[in-house]
Amino acid sequence: MTGPANDTRTLAPPAVNPETQAFWDAAAEGRLLLKHCLACGETHYYPRSLCPFCFSDRTEWREAAGTGEIYTVSVMRRGAGAPYAVAYVTLDEGPRMLTNLRGDLDAFRIGDRVRVSFEATDGGPTVPMFRAAG
Amino acid sequence: MTIKRKAAIAGVFEHPTRLAPDKSTPQLHAECAAGALADAGLSKDDVDGYFCAGDAPGFGPLSMVDYMGLRPRHVDSTETGGSSYILHVAHAAEAIALGKCRVALITLAGRPRSEAMNRSLGHAPEAGFDGWVGVTNHNSYGMVAARHMHEFGTTSEQLAWIKVAASTHAQHNEHAMLRDVVSMEDVLSSPMISDPLHRLDCCVVSDGGGAIIVAAPEVARELGRPIVNVLGAGEAPKGQAGGKVDLTYSGAAWSGPAAFAEAGVTPQDMKYASIYDSFTITVLMQLEDLGFCRKGEGGRFVADGNLISGVGKLPFNTDGGGLCNNHPMHRGGITKVIEAVRQLRGEAHPKVQVPNCDLAVATGIGGSLGVRHGAATLVMERV
Ligand SMILES: [Zn+2]
Repeated sequence: MTGPANDTRTLAPPAVNPETQAFWDAAAEGRLLLKHCLACGETHYYPRSLCPFCFSDRTEWREAAGTGEIYTVSVMRRGAGAPYAVAYVTLDEGPRMLTNLRGDLDAFRIGDRVRVSFEATDGGPTVPMFRAAG
Repeated sequence: MTIKRKAAIAGVFEHPTRLAPDKSTPQLHAECAAGALADAGLSKDDVDGYFCAGDAPGFGPLSMVDYMGLRPRHVDSTETGGSSYILHVAHAAEAIALGKCRVALITLAGRPRSEAMNRSLGHAPEAGFDGWVGVTNHNSYGMVAARHMHEFGTTSEQLAWIKVAASTHAQHNEHAMLRDVVSMEDVLSSPMISDPLHRLDCCVVSDGGGAIIVAAPEVARELGRPIVNVLGAGEAPKGQAGGKVDLTYSGAAWSGPAAFAEAGVTPQDMKYASIYDSFTITVLMQLEDLGFCRKGEGGRFVADGNLISGVGKLPFNTDGGGLCNNHPMHRGGITKVIEAVRQLRGEAHPKVQVPNCDLAVATGIGGSLGVRHGAATLVMERV
């Protein structure tokens, strides 16, 4: 392989439904939204209408800082779209989100600080991936 | 209320094919069913309970019972991926204990080598949030392995020991897809698929299938075969928990203790273990979660041949497992039960048969360990 491994996939657009429309509308504007529960105070991901912790329907969208650290990462080396990095990122607000890391894929380590980066899809809203912070 | 000794595994059959371009998937289901009925000494008309999972083509049990000409009074199509069939044995025992059926048939079959799978999550609630990520089984389990290495210092060499042990057993299985004994160096020098998992950390892809007959005790006693009783079982889905993701343990941490408690035995009592082996890391995680060793010590536990029959303390997957023998339709649960039954009956290959094997466990992790999965644990005894 020559040069750093890089993710150059063309991404299928995310499946959007009425429950998640606001998330994707914000993503298209470069903002990461999380669902916060007014009943139990927990923040969850992926977003639901009913809180998965207490089942209250008193959930509201709140904008996340878009920063966090790598909980785990695996670089897919073979097969369709490879190479690309699949990861869980622990957001500073608490939830861990399943996502991709972009940039020099071989350089990422567990514990590294990362920042959200909204990446283009093929005809749909941008999706929240992460790149090295700073 | 318990299923302990309320039902027995009266028949098992593992289809010998690993590549079936000339058969249909329903046909493989029926051939497996016929094989398990013959093993039990029962006929199709004895079957009054039918169990299948997501691999069953068409409208689940509705299509399959009509195709096979069954007339069950109890059906169950619980789908937890590859662990389904381990869980089905427990559900069949529950149904039998309640008098809902007396002879339950469980089938699995598929042809992933011969025809492309077209399985989409479609409208799954998580679809919008993992579709574009490109999460696959390889990188999902890769993420689990990477975190385990980070937290506990587990090494690729330790994971490789799991494959070495499986291949040591597979050399004796004439039907195994991969019969060559491999070394740790073979595993470590095989291509990286998704860090830190190499190609030889991954199970085979095979066409084929299997079937199990679970029968009421009074039925099993009349068949003149060794009696393999169901002693206890547990099942546990585990996922991303609203973002409280913890990849350091699997649902086996819940299903295992439940199964051993119902059985009234401990992991240390087991003479043999069928441990679901979609990947090497799947085995290591379950051994810890089931209580064969403490959390974080799985790497040391599997090293130095400790899983090799006749060599180590815990003989596992003596058919070669999913890593070397068979993983039909990407689902290893049914073969886990089948090899455990062979061991309990004393019908495993003589080179890998555990002497006086009277207690065994079969475990499964279906779905995808790093995303959302279903764990199942089944404890069995030979009377
Ligand atoms: Zn809540």
